Amino acid sequence: MKKRVILDKKAIGRTVTRITHEILEKNAGCTGLCLIGIRTRGVYLSQRIHAKVTDVEGITLPIGALDITMYRDDISKLRWPEVKKTEISFDVNNMTVVLVDDVLHTGRTTRAAIDAIMDLGRPKRIQLAVLVDRGERELPIHPDYAGTVCPVNENEEVLVRMSEIDGKDEVVIVQTR
Amino acid sequence: MNWKRKDLLGIRGLSTEEILFILDTAESFKDISRREIKKVPTLRGKTVITLFYEPSTRTRTSFEIAAKRLSADTINISSSTSSSTKGESLKDTARNLESMRPDAIVIRHGMPGAPHMLAGVLDSSIINGGDGSHEHPTQALLDLFTIRDKKGRIDGLKVVIVGDIAHSRVARSNIFSLKNFGNEVICCGPPTMIPPHMETLGVRVEYDLKRAVRNADVIMMLRIQKERGGTTYIPSTKEYSALYGLGRQHVETAADDAIIMHPGPMNRGIEISDDVADGPSSVILDQVENGVAVRMAVLYLLIGGEA
Repeated sequence: MKKRVILDKKAIGRTVTRITHEILEKNAGCTGLCLIGIRTRGVYLSQRIHAKVTDVEGITLPIGALDITMYRDDISKLRWPEVKKTEISFDVNNMTVVLVDDVLHTGRTTRAAIDAIMDLGRPKRIQLAVLVDRGERELPIHPDYAGTVCPVNENEEVLVRMSEIDGKDEVVIVQTR
Repeated sequence: MNWKRKDLLGIRGLSTEEILFILDTAESFKDISRREIKKVPTLRGKTVITLFYEPSTRTRTSFEIAAKRLSADTINISSSTSSSTKGESLKDTARNLESMRPDAIVIRHGMPGAPHMLAGVLDSSIINGGDGSHEHPTQALLDLFTIRDKKGRIDGLKVVIVGDIAHSRVARSNIFSLKNFGNEVICCGPPTMIPPHMETLGVRVEYDLKRAVRNADVIMMLRIQKERGGTTYIPSTKEYSALYGLGRQHVETAADDAIIMHPGPMNRGIEISDDVADGPSSVILDQVENGVAVRMAVLYLLIGGEA
């Protein structure tokens, strides 16, 4: 299988740092800010952003993990997708929620995530941070913070690997056929 | 894990892996019932029929709430208000219901095997909500879920099941699930209420309640199944209560962190005393709460994805 590395470990680190600064800049600090990572890799990404926030601002933010399986629009066409736990232990009402995901593609995952968060309360606003925006949107959704914009061909797939779960940090494009 | 079953007919035949998968899925659904908005869109557009030929408060309501919290539509049919009073057979009733294209039918019936028969003739998913004195799989699953929640494990425990073992589908399903995970299971009750050859299921029989509950981690109480002629197996409920009613004196000899369970409906003062039913070791209402989460998981796994 052919693969092309678009971000290596160092580049991912720099990208996370930049996204963190953009989040802090856009929201003028951390008041009412919280991070919610979309399972699976969005959660690790949100934790890394959170660690950077702590580095830069010396504070901690409310941080949670969201499983969107129950909100998928294609659930009845999938073969028994596993439902994992949503762990958001804080009140999202009136918060600025930064949704964190690894790859933004069709926008359907983001749509599901927005619906899931709305069922938990009424946040003041929801922003979207992604490591890779691979284009080809099917819904009117746009990221507020994108690590890298990387259009790929139909026969290619973007794979984000994170050391917490995959043993190494890299973003690669692989040919699927 | 890949879930492949169309129906949930019993605990017997489920693998350890399948049971754990249901429990883990239920963990994810439990939080929904504690939110302000107790609903997710997961089963939108699906229809669940509950077809109950025996009375029920908990199981039917629990299935209905579980389906509704997943956004499925529910229709409840009980035998007293159905055409079965006009002589329609179960098979015909079920076939007619299936023509209205439900996705799942939850059935409770007095005849053991009724859900299995329906599973063979219908395309809808069939869930056994209790078939005679045979099985009540979702009860055993919610019991296991509650034990795991309270004890932190579901293996290596000493579990005592007390009461009318012979006529209890709850006992049977629990024996299958508890033995599956390698627990020590003791059945206790008057000899007339304990079927012969229980040891073939891997359980021990004890006729003395005091001896049975000593150092027990879990005590499950059952009621006398009056609708299955339960009272004819004992001289009097008063005597039964004196010999097999669970009181505080029994709980004191069990393990320090023992839990007391009851599938309901309870007959206070007969198989369980008020102070035990309402005491600190009782997890009876937790069982009811967990029942909703477990049934959400079962519905999701059976009809949530593509068959």
